[in-house]
This record gives sequence, C-alpha cells and structure tokens, in this order.
Amino acid sequence: MNEALSFLEEWSREGMLPWTAHCAAVKHFGLSHAAVERLALKNGLFPARYQRNRMMIDVHEQLRLFSSRVAVIGCGGLGGYVIEELARLGVGHLVAVDPDVFEEHNLNRQILATPNNLGLAKVEAARQRVEQINPAVTVTAVQDAFGLANGRELLAGVEVAVDALDSISYRLELAEVTGAVGIPMVHGAIGGWYGHVATQFPGEETVQGIYRHWVAGKGIEQQLGNPAFTPAIIASIEAAEVCKILLGKGELLRNRKLSIDLLEMEVHEIPYDQPVKLVRAA
Amino acid sequence: MRVTVKLFATFRNGRFKVEERELPEGTQCRQVVADLSLTDDEIGIIMINGRHGMLDQELQPGDVLSLFPLVGGG
Repeated sequence: MNEALSFLEEWSREGMLPWTAHCAAVKHFGLSHAAVERLALKNGLFPARYQRNRMMIDVHEQLRLFSSRVAVIGCGGLGGYVIEELARLGVGHLVAVDPDVFEEHNLNRQILATPNNLGLAKVEAARQRVEQINPAVTVTAVQDAFGLANGRELLAGVEVAVDALDSISYRLELAEVTGAVGIPMVHGAIGGWYGHVATQFPGEETVQGIYRHWVAGKGIEQQLGNPAFTPAIIASIEAAEVCKILLGKGELLRNRKLSIDLLEMEVHEIPYDQPVKLVRAA
Repeated sequence: MRVTVKLFATFRNGRFKVEERELPEGTQCRQVVADLSLTDDEIGIIMINGRHGMLDQELQPGDVLSLFPLVGGG
C-alpha cells in the first residue's frame, strides 16, 4: 500500500489525483477502483473527478461519502436518478432494490431504461450504469421487493434509505423498518405534474402522517402517469437530502413536506408536527 | 356559515383554485368533499386553517379548508 500511495502522490497535481493515474494504480498494483479511491481520500488526495465538489465538499467529507452505504428502494423513475446522482456524488456503496425488469412504458422517464435493456432487471441496469459512470462505487443489486419480511436484512449496515417506491403500502413498510432499525428515510413520491419530498428520522412519523387518509390503492399517478421531468426534480431533492444527512450539514426537510406543482409552478410546505410524547411522572 | 375552500393539483381540474362557500352549521369536511364530486379515497391531505384535519371534522365559520390529492408514484 505504501508503494501505491507513493505512486498516487507522485502523480497527483495540487492535491488532485487524475483519473488516468487512478486507473494506472488499479492496473499496476492490482487494486480495485474502490481501494484506490479510499487510499487517495484517506491520505488527503482529492480524486480529480470530484474537483467541482471541492468547494462544497472537502476531502474529509468526500471520504465520509465514500465510506457511506445508502439503500435506494425502487430503481424506476425516482430511483434511477437517485442512483445516478449518488454515484456521481461519490457515495461509496449503494444497495439497489427492485423486483422489476424494464418495460417499454418506462422509456419516457426512467433514466436507466433504454431500448437495449428492455427485459433487463432494473437493479442490473443500475449496477451496469454505475460501473460506467463511477467504478469506485460498489452496487449491491437485489432483484426483490422490499417489505417487512426482508427489510431489516436489506438495510443491514445502511445509513440512509431512499424511498423511490411506487406503492404507498410498501412505503409505509419502509417507514416502519427504517424506524425499527434506527436510520433516516428520505421519502419522495410523484404523480403527473406533482411531487413531494420529506425526510424522516427514527421516532418521527412524517410518512405515516402524509398517508394518514390512505386506505388502499394508488394516488393520482394511476390516472396521470409520470412525465420525464417530475421524477428528475423530486429525485434530485432526495439526493440533496441524502448528501446533507451523510455530511451532517444544512437544513433537512424534517417534520415538513415540500410539495411541488410543476404545472402551476407552485411550491407548498406542509408541516407535520410530531406527536408529543407524554412523560410519565415518577 | 362561510368557509373558504382551496383546491390543489388535480382537484382544480374542472373546479376552482379557491372559492368561498355558504354551508350549513355543523357541516363536516366529508360533505364538502362529496359536494365537489371527490371520493374519500382520493384525498391525500386535509388542512383546516393550516392544521391537519380529518374527514369527519366539523367546519367552523370562517375556516379555510385546503384539499390535496393523494400522490404515491415513483
């Protein structure tokens, strides 16, 4: 490793490690892309691919992102963009969960869907895409539906779970499991021109509050479908929330929901006060 | 009594954004929803004067009732 580190230091310019040197180290020392990135970041070398992060995210924070594990539950409209953005951001480990394969009706909006991968598992497309855009990121692809039965296992070691599901009942299960295992959940949902985002920490019940009137079935997305831009904007806000949670900075969308209407260009913030916990007198 | 009803997203289609309504005393939210030809299971959020409300809640004179549809896609 000392030899590899000397190599990386030798090829770095002004504290930045170029991709060509990164690849040369992979080849020369038989290391994985992840191992080279970890070695660089731990020794204060900023991979040049992240240089435009640098004024917002310093080398310690970039290492923090690299050392993080985030689960993206659902790899369709929202999940595809969330995975793309977290991989480019440099989150080191992504757990991608989705039972489905790509179908033609996904092509209008799902960034991972292409005519060539119709019939391919969405999680496999996610793995291939991340391999192309940032090989230092590890993807654990799970072609299965998330639920109460497998939720704890899927979230083992995960620091944040991103809700990119298309079902309200599964979302409520995700909220239950994230609460039980004690990790934050970033919730997003879309339908037509409309979407919303909220972040929930363990002990909070914002997601349960958002769906307090729900009995069964789907929302307006069932009639409206979803266009190209609604998942992109809601997923991007979810990715920003994940970044802030991992780095412990900024103001999160906790105890409130940001609703966006892209047709009328209106933004509404809906408060979700947490239930007051009664303290039993001694 | 007079109540202000605000509609959001798809609930506005063929209806209105905001409207003052004259309602009998003791009217519940559920009745307003039915008058608008909406069904209970379409309702995502009910806000009364900026606080979360329930379908069986009785409206008071001067209340502002806001209704948002259910959104659950991904």
